[in-house]
Amino acid sequence: MSVGRAWKFGDDISTDLIAPGRYYHLRSNLPELAKHVLEDARPEFAAEVQTGDFVVGGRNFGKGSSREHAPVIIKLAGAKAVLAKSFARIFYRNCINIGLAAVVVDTDRIDDRDELEIDLERGVVRDRTKGFELKFPPLPSVMARILAEGGLAEYIKNHGDLIIART
Amino acid sequence: MPGQTITEKILSRATGHPVRAGDIDVARVDLAYVQDGTGPLTFRQMEKMGLARAANPSRSVVFIDHSSPPPRKELASDHVYLREFADKTGMVLSDIGEGVCHQVAFEKFVRPWDVVIGADSHTVMGGAMGAFATGMGSTDVAVALGLGKTWLRVPSSWSFHVAGHFGRGVYAKDLILKVIGDIKTDGATYMAMEWGGPAIASMPMTERMVLSNMAIEAGGKCGPQPSDGETRRYLREHGRGADWREIQPDPDAHYERVSQYDVSNLEPMVARPPQEDNVVPVTHPSVKGLRIQQVYLGSCTNARYEDMKVFCDYMKGEKVAKGTRLIVTPASKEAYVRALQEGLFQILLEAGATINSPGCGACPGVHLGVPGDGENVLSTTNRNYVGRMGNPAAFTYLASPATAAATAIYGVITDPRGM
Repeated sequence: MSVGRAWKFGDDISTDLIAPGRYYHLRSNLPELAKHVLEDARPEFAAEVQTGDFVVGGRNFGKGSSREHAPVIIKLAGAKAVLAKSFARIFYRNCINIGLAAVVVDTDRIDDRDELEIDLERGVVRDRTKGFELKFPPLPSVMARILAEGGLAEYIKNHGDLIIART
Repeated sequence: MPGQTITEKILSRATGHPVRAGDIDVARVDLAYVQDGTGPLTFRQMEKMGLARAANPSRSVVFIDHSSPPPRKELASDHVYLREFADKTGMVLSDIGEGVCHQVAFEKFVRPWDVVIGADSHTVMGGAMGAFATGMGSTDVAVALGLGKTWLRVPSSWSFHVAGHFGRGVYAKDLILKVIGDIKTDGATYMAMEWGGPAIASMPMTERMVLSNMAIEAGGKCGPQPSDGETRRYLREHGRGADWREIQPDPDAHYERVSQYDVSNLEPMVARPPQEDNVVPVTHPSVKGLRIQQVYLGSCTNARYEDMKVFCDYMKGEKVAKGTRLIVTPASKEAYVRALQEGLFQILLEAGATINSPGCGACPGVHLGVPGDGENVLSTTNRNYVGRMGNPAAFTYLASPATAAATAIYGVITDPRGM
């Protein structure tokens, strides 16, 4: 379980907003790139986000490119998880692969700066500021396992292969 | 067993047993690639996993296209790493000047029935070949390169059945913008956007590619199309006739959704900022006559020889309007050489164009055409998000090469049908 503050973003946050193309040259210098994370959506985010905070989006969070740098720098900036009403497919998979929890939940009632408590195993988000709970469905088992092991690179290091049961 | 969609057929072959939409399985990968923006992270992940080798080196490709040639030392150093890694692992290197990954992959590597995994979202363009082609992040592609396989959920399919004949000045770009405007940027999330019908059957390959290329702009996982006589013609033209195999969906395939389009009355379309689904006809008062400072003819979506030919058919003998600049970036060396040989560069240069070397150019906002504060760009590319072209204070409008040409001539967004 983890507790942190919500940083609220709107619908359709693109990977260009998360990791802008004008910082392309910083992609092999991720700590430096992380200083610009979400800069064009909320310029204060990178400097003010605290370790353990949550990024809270609306619909279609992470739309656009396949750049894995986008979830990587959200994680490097200190965010513990991304919550959104829906995610773009590649971004969602990238989050799990790099060990950043991505939670599909109706975020409408969550406001900026609300204090949230998230229990991934039970599938519950509690808004401590407002005193309500939201439930979310568990990840597909393959993704839950990759996330539990810390990401896909760790998973492959542990197993040497994709050991995935057909379902 | 009931019929299968194109996606189910390809993934049944690649997993070794019959699959259905919704199944999770491990599939063999026939082609995997990275580009210079995603490749360095991919290769660092391969090293971290102890997988610094290629399962199929001749079907693993490193494209240097996004910052090509590199405008900064950091990017040049990324290229050094990519070249060394390709050399060490035996992967194929497509270096500066060769062109955009998806375009070059299509010309040289993608085959019908292939499973193609690329570390770039527009990998979906391979669907036009009758392949299952999808974009993934660096770590997924690291696994695909190193192990020659990937895990995935078989997507459900959305059938786009297209009838009618395109009118003069109207193209596949207008159709895909119309579709994205209708279903929105997340309308097809997790789904295969499968194209079919008489208008697709009679469409040249270079136009089909536009439809598959922008599947990701509606959230699609892939944009498969049948492999037919036109596919065979394209492969033969590229010296790869032996790669051709037919693929069609079964007549009783199950589609989650079906949409019918008739292109006969379709108008040229424009996607307004800040995203691809903010679409109106070129005649709409919000775009018609809008002042444009930069016209950009480039990208994997619309910068093939055929796109430059359409553009030049309008531009021949004309000049770019005062106050507007025209930047052209051919999608590949093949497109560049043919445009040069067939006199298109003469037309473009006399009109006042600047021509870049093949690559992604201004599309992803790295270099070679970053717009200034407050400027409007009319672009043949695929995305118009805030900051996409390198400046969050500029505005990008997406359209076809024909609309781009008419706009370059008048300096304002212009309907190409009146010319």
